[in-house]
Amino acid sequence: MSSFFTSSIGKKFLMSVSGLFLVVFLAVHLTANLFILGGPDAFNQSAHFMGTNPIITLMQPILAFGFLLHIIYSLIIQIKNWKSRPVKYKKVDQSETSTWASRNMIWLGIFVFGFLTVHIINFFYVIKFGEMNMITVNGVEMEDSYKLVAGLFTDFGAISYIYSAVYIISFIALGLHLHHAFWSAFQTLGLSNIAWRKRLSVLGDIYAIIVAAGFTIIPLYFLLF
Amino acid sequence: MSSKTINIKLKVWRQKDATTKGKFENYELSEISTASSFLEMMDVLNEKLVGEGNEPVAFDHDCREGICGMCSLFVNGHAHGPDTLVTTCQLHMRKFKDDETITIEPWRAGGFPVIKDLMVDRNAFEKIMQAGGFVSVSTGGVPDANAIPIPKKDSDEAMDAASCIGCGACVATCKNSSAMLFVSAKVSQLALLPQGKLEASRRAKNMVAVMDELGFGNCSNTGACEMECPKGISLAHIARLNREFLVATIKE
Repeated sequence: MSSFFTSSIGKKFLMSVSGLFLVVFLAVHLTANLFILGGPDAFNQSAHFMGTNPIITLMQPILAFGFLLHIIYSLIIQIKNWKSRPVKYKKVDQSETSTWASRNMIWLGIFVFGFLTVHIINFFYVIKFGEMNMITVNGVEMEDSYKLVAGLFTDFGAISYIYSAVYIISFIALGLHLHHAFWSAFQTLGLSNIAWRKRLSVLGDIYAIIVAAGFTIIPLYFLLF
Repeated sequence: MSSKTINIKLKVWRQKDATTKGKFENYELSEISTASSFLEMMDVLNEKLVGEGNEPVAFDHDCREGICGMCSLFVNGHAHGPDTLVTTCQLHMRKFKDDETITIEPWRAGGFPVIKDLMVDRNAFEKIMQAGGFVSVSTGGVPDANAIPIPKKDSDEAMDAASCIGCGACVATCKNSSAMLFVSAKVSQLALLPQGKLEASRRAKNMVAVMDELGFGNCSNTGACEMECPKGISLAHIARLNREFLVATIKE
Protein backbone atom coordinates (compact mmCIF):
# COMPACT_ATOMS: atom_id res chain seq x y z
CA MET A 1 0.00 0.00 0.00
CA SER A 2 2.87 2.37 0.82
CA SER A 3 4.20 2.10 -2.72
CA PHE A 4 0.77 2.92 -4.14
CA PHE A 5 0.87 6.67 -3.48
CA THR A 6 4.38 7.01 -4.86
CA SER A 7 3.52 5.11 -8.07
CA SER A 8 2.44 7.04 -11.16
CA ILE A 9 -1.05 5.50 -11.13
CA GLY A 10 -1.40 6.09 -7.36
CA LYS A 11 -0.61 9.79 -7.72
CA LYS A 12 -3.09 10.11 -10.55
CA PHE A 13 -5.64 8.22 -8.42
CA LEU A 14 -5.35 11.04 -5.87
CA MET A 15 -5.77 13.61 -8.67
CA SER A 16 -8.93 11.85 -9.88
CA VAL A 17 -10.55 11.39 -6.48
CA SER A 18 -9.80 14.96 -5.35
CA GLY A 19 -10.90 16.23 -8.78
CA LEU A 20 -14.24 14.42 -8.64
CA PHE A 21 -14.74 15.76 -5.11
CA LEU A 22 -14.19 19.28 -6.47
CA VAL A 23 -16.68 18.49 -9.26
CA VAL A 24 -19.32 17.81 -6.58
CA PHE A 25 -18.32 21.00 -4.74
CA LEU A 26 -18.75 23.08 -7.90
CA ALA A 27 -22.27 21.73 -8.39
CA VAL A 28 -23.23 22.66 -4.80
CA HIS A 29 -21.59 26.09 -5.08
CA LEU A 30 -23.32 26.83 -8.38
CA THR A 31 -26.72 25.79 -7.02
CA ALA A 32 -26.31 28.12 -4.01
CA ASN A 33 -25.14 30.95 -6.27
CA LEU A 34 -27.97 30.76 -8.77
CA PHE A 35 -30.41 31.88 -6.06
CA ILE A 36 -29.05 35.33 -6.90
CA LEU A 37 -31.38 35.32 -9.92
CA GLY A 38 -34.27 35.20 -7.41
CA GLY A 39 -33.30 38.57 -5.92
CA PRO A 40 -31.58 39.79 -2.73
CA ASP A 41 -33.74 37.91 -0.23
CA ALA A 42 -33.45 34.57 -1.99
CA PHE A 43 -29.67 34.88 -2.32
CA ASN A 44 -29.14 36.07 1.25
CA GLN A 45 -31.16 33.15 2.56
CA SER A 46 -29.15 30.76 0.36
CA ALA A 47 -25.85 32.25 1.60
CA HIS A 48 -27.07 32.20 5.20
CA PHE A 49 -28.05 28.55 4.85
CA MET A 50 -24.62 27.68 3.40
CA GLY A 51 -22.86 29.65 6.13
CA THR A 52 -24.73 28.08 9.03
CA ASN A 53 -25.49 24.52 7.86
CA PRO A 54 -23.43 22.11 10.02
CA ILE A 55 -22.72 19.71 7.12
CA ILE A 56 -21.35 22.57 5.00
CA THR A 57 -19.30 23.84 7.96
CA LEU A 58 -17.93 20.33 8.50
CA MET A 59 -17.08 20.01 4.80
CA GLN A 60 -15.09 23.27 4.66
CA PRO A 61 -11.77 21.92 5.98
CA ILE A 62 -12.24 18.75 3.87
CA LEU A 63 -12.79 20.97 0.83
CA ALA A 64 -9.63 22.94 1.58
CA PHE A 65 -7.77 19.64 1.88
CA GLY A 66 -9.27 18.49 -1.45
CA PHE A 67 -8.06 21.65 -3.16
CA LEU A 68 -4.57 21.36 -1.66
CA LEU A 69 -4.26 17.68 -2.59
CA HIS A 70 -5.35 18.40 -6.18
CA ILE A 71 -2.98 21.36 -6.54
CA ILE A 72 0.07 19.78 -4.88
CA TYR A 73 -0.22 16.50 -6.77
CA SER A 74 -0.82 18.29 -10.07
CA LEU A 75 2.54 20.03 -9.59
CA ILE A 76 4.34 16.83 -8.54
CA ILE A 77 2.98 14.98 -11.59
CA GLN A 78 3.57 17.89 -13.97
CA ILE A 79 7.20 18.41 -12.92
CA LYS A 80 7.93 14.73 -13.50
CA ASN A 81 6.22 14.98 -16.90
CA TRP A 82 8.31 17.98 -17.91
CA LYS A 83 11.49 16.18 -16.88
CA SER A 84 10.62 13.02 -18.81
CA ARG A 85 11.60 14.58 -22.15
CA PRO A 86 15.05 16.15 -21.56
CA VAL A 87 15.59 16.98 -25.25
CA LYS A 88 12.55 18.56 -26.92
CA TYR A 89 11.37 18.03 -30.48
CA LYS A 90 12.06 20.77 -33.00
CA LYS A 91 8.79 20.11 -34.76
CA VAL A 92 5.70 18.72 -33.02
CA ASP A 93 2.18 18.64 -34.41
CA GLN A 94 -0.39 17.60 -31.81
CA SER A 95 -3.29 19.62 -33.14
CA GLU A 96 -5.02 16.61 -34.69
CA THR A 97 -4.15 13.97 -32.13
CA SER A 98 -5.33 15.54 -28.87
CA THR A 99 -7.48 18.42 -27.65
CA TRP A 100 -5.94 21.76 -26.70
CA ALA A 101 -7.51 21.53 -23.23
CA SER A 102 -6.01 18.10 -22.56
CA ARG A 103 -2.52 19.39 -23.36
CA ASN A 104 -2.89 22.53 -21.25
CA MET A 105 -4.54 21.25 -18.08
CA ILE A 106 -1.74 22.64 -15.90
CA TRP A 107 -2.07 26.16 -17.37
CA LEU A 108 -5.87 26.11 -17.17
CA GLY A 109 -5.49 24.88 -13.60
CA ILE A 110 -3.01 27.63 -12.70
CA PHE A 111 -5.35 30.23 -14.20
CA VAL A 112 -8.29 28.89 -12.19
CA PHE A 113 -6.08 28.84 -9.08
CA GLY A 114 -5.25 32.51 -9.64
CA PHE A 115 -8.96 33.25 -9.80
CA LEU A 116 -9.59 31.14 -6.70
CA THR A 117 -7.11 33.26 -4.73
CA VAL A 118 -8.81 36.52 -5.75
CA HIS A 119 -12.20 34.94 -5.13
CA ILE A 120 -11.31 33.82 -1.59
CA ILE A 121 -10.01 37.33 -0.74
CA ASN A 122 -13.12 39.00 -2.23
CA PHE A 123 -15.82 36.78 -0.77
CA PHE A 124 -14.85 34.01 1.62
CA TYR A 125 -12.45 36.15 3.67
CA VAL A 126 -14.81 39.15 3.79
CA ILE A 127 -17.83 37.06 4.81
CA LYS A 128 -15.88 35.09 7.44
CA PHE A 129 -13.62 37.75 8.90
CA GLY A 130 -14.59 41.12 7.40
CA GLU A 131 -17.21 43.75 8.26
CA MET A 132 -20.56 42.78 6.77
CA ASN A 133 -23.80 44.74 6.64
CA MET A 134 -26.51 42.90 8.50
CA ILE A 135 -30.11 42.67 7.29
CA THR A 136 -33.20 40.87 8.46
CA VAL A 137 -35.01 38.47 6.12
CA ASN A 138 -38.21 36.80 7.36
CA GLY A 139 -37.33 37.72 10.92
CA VAL A 140 -33.82 36.20 10.79
CA GLU A 141 -30.80 38.47 11.02
CA MET A 142 -28.09 37.59 8.48
CA GLU A 143 -25.15 39.04 6.51
CA ASP A 144 -26.11 41.01 3.41
CA SER A 145 -24.13 38.78 1.01
CA TYR A 146 -26.13 40.06 -1.95
CA LYS A 147 -24.81 43.58 -1.42
CA LEU A 148 -21.23 42.25 -1.40
CA VAL A 149 -21.69 40.36 -4.68
CA ALA A 150 -23.69 43.08 -6.43
CA GLY A 151 -21.17 45.67 -5.20
CA LEU A 152 -18.18 43.90 -6.76
CA PHE A 153 -19.90 43.58 -10.12
CA THR A 154 -21.45 47.06 -10.28
CA ASP A 155 -20.10 49.61 -7.75
CA PHE A 156 -16.57 50.22 -8.98
CA GLY A 157 -17.09 51.53 -12.53
CA ALA A 158 -14.38 50.34 -14.91
CA ILE A 159 -12.88 48.02 -12.29
CA SER A 160 -16.18 46.20 -12.00
CA TYR A 161 -16.17 45.64 -15.76
CA ILE A 162 -12.63 44.29 -15.60
CA TYR A 163 -13.55 42.11 -12.64
CA SER A 164 -16.58 40.77 -14.52
CA ALA A 165 -14.40 40.01 -17.56
CA VAL A 166 -11.80 38.19 -15.44
CA TYR A 167 -14.61 36.28 -13.74
CA ILE A 168 -16.08 35.15 -17.07
CA ILE A 169 -12.71 34.23 -18.60
CA SER A 170 -11.87 32.23 -15.47
CA PHE A 171 -15.01 30.17 -15.81
CA ILE A 172 -14.34 29.56 -19.50
CA ALA A 173 -10.92 28.25 -18.40
CA LEU A 174 -12.60 26.11 -15.75
CA GLY A 175 -15.04 24.81 -18.37
CA LEU A 176 -12.15 23.79 -20.64
CA HIS A 177 -10.40 22.19 -17.64
CA LEU A 178 -13.54 20.17 -16.88
CA HIS A 179 -13.98 19.25 -20.57
CA HIS A 180 -10.91 17.01 -20.24
CA ALA A 181 -10.97 16.43 -16.46
CA PHE A 182 -14.34 14.75 -16.10
CA TRP A 183 -13.76 11.85 -18.47
CA SER A 184 -10.08 11.66 -17.55
CA ALA A 185 -10.87 11.15 -13.84
CA PHE A 186 -13.00 8.09 -14.61
CA GLN A 187 -10.38 6.75 -17.02
CA THR A 188 -7.70 6.98 -14.32
CA LEU A 189 -9.93 5.15 -11.86
CA GLY A 190 -10.30 2.39 -14.45
CA LEU A 191 -14.01 3.13 -14.85
CA SER A 192 -13.99 3.48 -18.63
CA ASN A 193 -13.93 1.43 -21.79
CA ILE A 194 -14.60 2.12 -25.48
CA ALA A 195 -18.36 2.63 -24.98
CA TRP A 196 -18.16 4.51 -21.67
CA ARG A 197 -15.44 6.82 -22.93
CA LYS A 198 -17.92 8.42 -25.34
CA ARG A 199 -20.69 8.56 -22.73
CA LEU A 200 -18.43 10.05 -20.06
CA SER A 201 -17.01 12.58 -22.54
CA VAL A 202 -20.53 13.76 -23.41
CA LEU A 203 -21.56 13.87 -19.74
CA GLY A 204 -18.37 15.78 -18.91
CA ASP A 205 -19.01 18.29 -21.67
CA ILE A 206 -22.58 18.85 -20.50
CA TYR A 207 -21.33 19.35 -16.94
CA ALA A 208 -18.53 21.69 -18.10
CA ILE A 209 -21.01 23.81 -20.08
CA ILE A 210 -23.46 23.98 -17.15
CA VAL A 211 -20.69 25.10 -14.76
CA ALA A 212 -19.12 27.63 -17.14
CA ALA A 213 -22.46 29.05 -18.30
CA GLY A 214 -24.03 28.91 -14.83
CA PHE A 215 -21.33 30.98 -13.16
CA THR A 216 -21.06 33.32 -16.18
CA ILE A 217 -24.76 34.20 -15.85
CA ILE A 218 -24.04 35.97 -12.54
CA PRO A 219 -21.83 38.86 -13.79
CA LEU A 220 -23.93 39.05 -16.98
CA TYR A 221 -27.06 39.42 -14.84
CA PHE A 222 -25.53 42.41 -13.04
CA LEU A 223 -24.04 43.92 -16.20
CA LEU A 224 -27.22 43.68 -18.24
CA PHE A 225 -29.98 44.29 -15.69
CA MET B 1 -1.64 4.76 -58.15
CA SER B 2 0.45 6.31 -60.82
CA SER B 3 3.96 7.06 -59.71
CA LYS B 4 5.70 10.36 -60.18
CA THR B 5 8.81 11.85 -58.69
CA ILE B 6 9.31 14.68 -56.21
CA ASN B 7 12.24 16.76 -55.03
CA ILE B 8 12.55 17.09 -51.28
CA LYS B 9 14.62 18.89 -48.68
CA LEU B 10 15.53 16.98 -45.54
CA LYS B 11 16.37 18.29 -42.09
CA VAL B 12 17.88 15.28 -40.32
CA TRP B 13 19.06 14.95 -36.72
CA ARG B 14 22.71 13.84 -36.69
CA GLN B 15 24.37 12.76 -33.46
CA LYS B 16 27.70 10.91 -33.36
CA ASP B 17 26.95 8.91 -30.22
CA ALA B 18 24.99 8.97 -26.97
CA THR B 19 27.28 11.49 -25.30
CA THR B 20 28.00 13.89 -28.18
CA LYS B 21 25.73 16.86 -28.76
CA GLY B 22 23.71 16.46 -31.96
CA LYS B 23 22.47 18.92 -34.56
CA PHE B 24 20.29 19.11 -37.65
CA GLU B 25 21.89 18.65 -41.08
CA ASN B 26 20.20 19.71 -44.30
CA TYR B 27 20.14 17.46 -47.35
CA GLU B 28 18.43 17.65 -50.72
CA LEU B 29 17.18 14.71 -52.76
CA SER B 30 15.81 14.90 -56.26
CA GLU B 31 13.57 12.60 -58.26
CA ILE B 32 12.32 10.49 -55.36
CA SER B 33 9.55 8.17 -56.55
CA THR B 34 6.26 8.80 -54.74
CA ALA B 35 5.71 5.02 -54.82
CA SER B 36 8.78 4.42 -52.65
CA SER B 37 8.54 4.04 -48.90
CA PHE B 38 10.01 6.55 -46.47
CA LEU B 39 12.81 4.14 -45.53
CA GLU B 40 13.62 3.54 -49.20
CA MET B 41 14.01 7.30 -49.47
CA MET B 42 16.38 7.12 -46.48
CA ASP B 43 18.31 4.38 -48.32
CA VAL B 44 18.64 6.69 -51.33
CA LEU B 45 19.94 9.41 -49.02
CA ASN B 46 22.49 7.02 -47.48
CA GLU B 47 23.63 5.76 -50.90
CA LYS B 48 24.21 9.37 -51.84
CA LEU B 49 26.09 10.11 -48.58
CA VAL B 50 28.28 7.02 -48.93
CA GLY B 51 28.96 7.92 -52.59
CA GLU B 52 30.16 11.32 -51.43
CA GLY B 53 32.38 9.73 -48.80
CA ASN B 54 30.21 10.82 -45.87
CA GLU B 55 28.85 8.92 -42.89
CA PRO B 56 25.37 7.46 -43.65
CA VAL B 57 22.44 8.29 -41.38
CA ALA B 58 21.86 5.57 -38.76
CA PHE B 59 18.20 4.58 -38.36
CA ASP B 60 16.43 1.49 -37.04
CA HIS B 61 14.60 -0.86 -39.40
CA ASP B 62 14.10 -4.56 -39.90
CA CYS B 63 11.11 -6.28 -41.54
CA ARG B 64 9.92 -3.26 -43.53
CA GLU B 65 6.41 -4.67 -43.62
CA GLY B 66 5.00 -2.97 -40.55
CA ILE B 67 5.05 -5.81 -38.04
CA CYS B 68 8.44 -5.91 -36.33
CA GLY B 69 8.29 -2.60 -34.45
CA MET B 70 11.89 -1.75 -35.23
CA CYS B 71 11.50 1.38 -37.36
CA SER B 72 10.78 4.66 -35.65
CA LEU B 73 11.40 8.29 -36.76
CA PHE B 74 9.51 11.43 -35.78
CA VAL B 75 8.64 12.88 -39.19
CA ASN B 76 7.26 16.41 -39.52
CA GLY B 77 6.01 16.42 -35.95
CA HIS B 78 4.39 12.97 -36.04
CA ALA B 79 5.57 9.56 -34.85
CA HIS B 80 5.89 7.36 -37.97
CA GLY B 81 5.08 10.41 -40.10
CA PRO B 82 1.86 12.00 -41.30
CA ASP B 83 -0.08 8.86 -42.27
CA THR B 84 -2.29 6.98 -39.77
CA LEU B 85 -2.07 3.32 -38.72
CA VAL B 86 1.26 2.75 -40.45
CA THR B 87 4.87 2.43 -39.36
CA THR B 88 7.54 4.52 -41.05
CA CYS B 89 8.48 1.63 -43.36
CA GLN B 90 4.90 1.59 -44.67
CA LEU B 91 4.73 5.34 -45.12
CA HIS B 92 4.78 6.30 -48.79
CA MET B 93 6.54 9.31 -50.26
CA ARG B 94 3.25 10.20 -51.98
CA LYS B 95 2.24 11.63 -48.61
CA PHE B 96 4.70 14.48 -49.24
CA LYS B 97 4.58 17.39 -51.63
CA ASP B 98 7.13 18.44 -54.23
CA ASP B 99 9.79 20.75 -52.70
CA GLU B 100 8.56 19.97 -49.19
CA THR B 101 10.99 20.26 -46.28
CA ILE B 102 10.81 17.12 -44.15
CA THR B 103 12.07 17.26 -40.57
CA ILE B 104 13.29 13.89 -39.26
CA GLU B 105 14.02 13.45 -35.55
CA PRO B 106 14.64 10.45 -33.31
CA TRP B 107 12.09 9.45 -30.63
CA ARG B 108 12.60 11.99 -27.85
CA ALA B 109 12.09 10.61 -24.34
CA GLY B 110 14.09 10.26 -21.16
CA GLY B 111 13.41 6.52 -21.30
CA PHE B 112 14.74 6.28 -24.90
CA PRO B 113 18.25 7.77 -25.06
CA VAL B 114 19.73 8.35 -28.53
CA ILE B 115 22.38 5.81 -29.55
CA LYS B 116 23.33 7.45 -32.83
CA ASP B 117 21.60 9.79 -35.28
CA LEU B 118 18.00 8.55 -35.43
CA MET B 119 18.52 5.33 -33.46
CA VAL B 120 17.28 5.23 -29.88
CA ASP B 121 17.76 2.68 -27.13
CA ARG B 122 14.38 1.06 -26.47
CA ASN B 123 15.67 -1.49 -23.94
CA ALA B 124 13.40 0.12 -21.36
CA PHE B 125 10.50 -1.75 -23.01
CA GLU B 126 12.38 -5.05 -22.63
CA LYS B 127 12.94 -4.32 -18.95
CA ILE B 128 9.24 -3.62 -18.46
CA MET B 129 8.41 -6.93 -20.20
CA GLN B 130 10.90 -8.81 -18.02
CA ALA B 131 9.07 -7.50 -14.96
CA GLY B 132 5.86 -9.34 -15.81
CA GLY B 133 4.91 -9.34 -19.47
CA PHE B 134 4.66 -13.13 -19.62
CA VAL B 135 2.70 -16.14 -18.39
CA SER B 136 4.76 -18.43 -16.16
CA VAL B 137 5.00 -21.93 -17.63
CA SER B 138 3.98 -24.78 -15.35
CA THR B 139 5.68 -28.15 -15.75
CA GLY B 140 3.76 -31.18 -17.00
CA GLY B 141 2.39 -32.40 -20.28
CA VAL B 142 1.47 -30.20 -23.21
CA PRO B 143 -2.08 -28.92 -22.59
CA ASP B 144 -4.78 -29.83 -25.09
CA ALA B 145 -5.68 -27.18 -27.57
CA ASN B 146 -9.02 -25.49 -26.81
CA ALA B 147 -9.13 -27.13 -23.35
CA ILE B 148 -9.95 -23.70 -21.91
CA PRO B 149 -12.93 -22.12 -23.66
CA ILE B 150 -12.49 -18.39 -24.24
CA PRO B 151 -15.36 -16.11 -25.35
CA LYS B 152 -14.86 -14.66 -28.83
CA LYS B 153 -15.17 -11.10 -27.50
CA ASP B 154 -12.34 -11.66 -24.98
CA SER B 155 -10.04 -13.33 -27.46
CA ASP B 156 -10.65 -10.54 -29.98
CA GLU B 157 -9.87 -7.87 -27.43
CA ALA B 158 -6.77 -9.71 -26.26
CA MET B 159 -5.66 -10.03 -29.88
CA ASP B 160 -6.19 -6.30 -30.42
CA ALA B 161 -3.93 -5.60 -27.43
CA ALA B 162 -1.40 -8.18 -28.63
CA SER B 163 -1.08 -6.37 -31.95
CA CYS B 164 1.19 -3.86 -30.15
CA ILE B 165 4.60 -4.16 -31.82
CA GLY B 166 6.47 -2.24 -29.10
CA CYS B 167 7.77 0.43 -31.47
CA GLY B 168 7.51 3.22 -28.88
CA ALA B 169 5.45 5.65 -30.97
CA CYS B 170 3.17 6.13 -27.94
CA VAL B 171 6.07 7.31 -25.78
CA ALA B 172 7.47 9.44 -28.60
CA THR B 173 4.10 11.11 -29.18
CA CYS B 174 2.97 11.57 -25.57
CA LYS B 175 3.61 15.08 -24.30
CA ASN B 176 4.70 13.44 -21.02
CA SER B 177 6.73 10.61 -22.65
CA SER B 178 4.45 8.18 -20.85
CA ALA B 179 4.69 4.46 -21.65
CA MET B 180 1.17 3.70 -20.41
CA LEU B 181 -0.26 2.64 -23.79
CA PHE B 182 2.54 0.09 -24.31
CA VAL B 183 2.31 -1.26 -20.75
CA SER B 184 -1.48 -1.36 -20.87
CA ALA B 185 -1.44 -3.35 -24.13
CA LYS B 186 1.01 -5.85 -22.67
CA VAL B 187 -1.00 -6.17 -19.45
CA SER B 188 -4.32 -6.42 -21.32
CA GLN B 189 -3.31 -9.10 -23.81
CA LEU B 190 -2.71 -11.46 -20.88
CA ALA B 191 -5.21 -10.17 -18.29
CA LEU B 192 -8.09 -10.80 -20.71
CA LEU B 193 -7.30 -14.51 -21.03
CA PRO B 194 -7.76 -17.22 -18.36
CA GLN B 195 -4.11 -18.28 -18.67
CA GLY B 196 -2.93 -14.77 -17.86
CA LYS B 197 -5.52 -13.88 -15.22
CA LEU B 198 -3.73 -15.87 -12.48
CA GLU B 199 -0.78 -13.48 -12.44
CA ALA B 200 -2.72 -10.36 -13.45
CA SER B 201 -2.26 -8.46 -10.18
CA ARG B 202 1.43 -9.19 -9.81
CA ARG B 203 2.00 -8.40 -13.47
CA ALA B 204 0.31 -4.99 -13.34
CA LYS B 205 2.15 -3.97 -10.18
CA ASN B 206 5.60 -5.10 -11.30
CA MET B 207 5.38 -3.70 -14.82
CA VAL B 208 4.14 -0.30 -13.59
CA ALA B 209 6.90 -0.20 -10.96
CA VAL B 210 9.60 -0.72 -13.61
CA MET B 211 7.90 1.73 -15.98
CA ASP B 212 7.99 4.39 -13.23
CA GLU B 213 11.67 3.73 -12.54
CA LEU B 214 12.81 4.11 -16.13
CA GLY B 215 12.06 7.80 -16.58
CA PHE B 216 8.73 7.70 -18.39
CA GLY B 217 6.20 10.41 -17.48
CA ASN B 218 2.66 10.11 -16.13
CA CYS B 219 -0.31 9.50 -18.41
CA SER B 220 -2.65 12.49 -18.63
CA ASN B 221 -5.18 10.82 -20.95
CA THR B 222 -4.72 13.20 -23.88
CA GLY B 223 -5.23 10.27 -26.25
CA ALA B 224 -2.45 11.31 -28.64
CA CYS B 225 -0.77 7.87 -28.26
CA GLU B 226 -3.85 6.07 -29.53
CA MET B 227 -4.04 8.39 -32.54
CA GLU B 228 -0.38 7.90 -33.50
CA CYS B 229 -0.17 4.17 -32.69
CA PRO B 230 0.51 2.29 -35.95
CA LYS B 231 -1.63 -0.56 -34.63
CA GLY B 232 -4.48 1.56 -33.25
CA ILE B 233 -4.13 0.27 -29.67
CA SER B 234 -7.11 1.66 -27.74
CA LEU B 235 -7.00 3.93 -24.70
CA ALA B 236 -9.49 1.48 -23.15
CA HIS B 237 -6.48 -0.74 -22.38
CA ILE B 238 -5.07 2.05 -20.18
CA ALA B 239 -8.33 2.06 -18.22
CA ARG B 240 -7.93 -1.70 -17.79
CA LEU B 241 -4.33 -1.28 -16.59
CA ASN B 242 -5.48 1.33 -14.05
CA ARG B 243 -8.21 -1.08 -12.92
CA GLU B 244 -5.77 -3.99 -12.63
CA PHE B 245 -3.34 -1.83 -10.68
CA LEU B 246 -5.99 -0.55 -8.25
CA VAL B 247 -7.37 -4.07 -7.72
CA ALA B 248 -3.85 -5.38 -7.13
CA THR B 249 -3.32 -2.68 -4.48
CA ILE B 250 -6.60 -3.44 -2.72
CA LYS B 251 -5.88 -7.20 -2.75
CA GLU B 252 -2.59 -6.68 -0.90
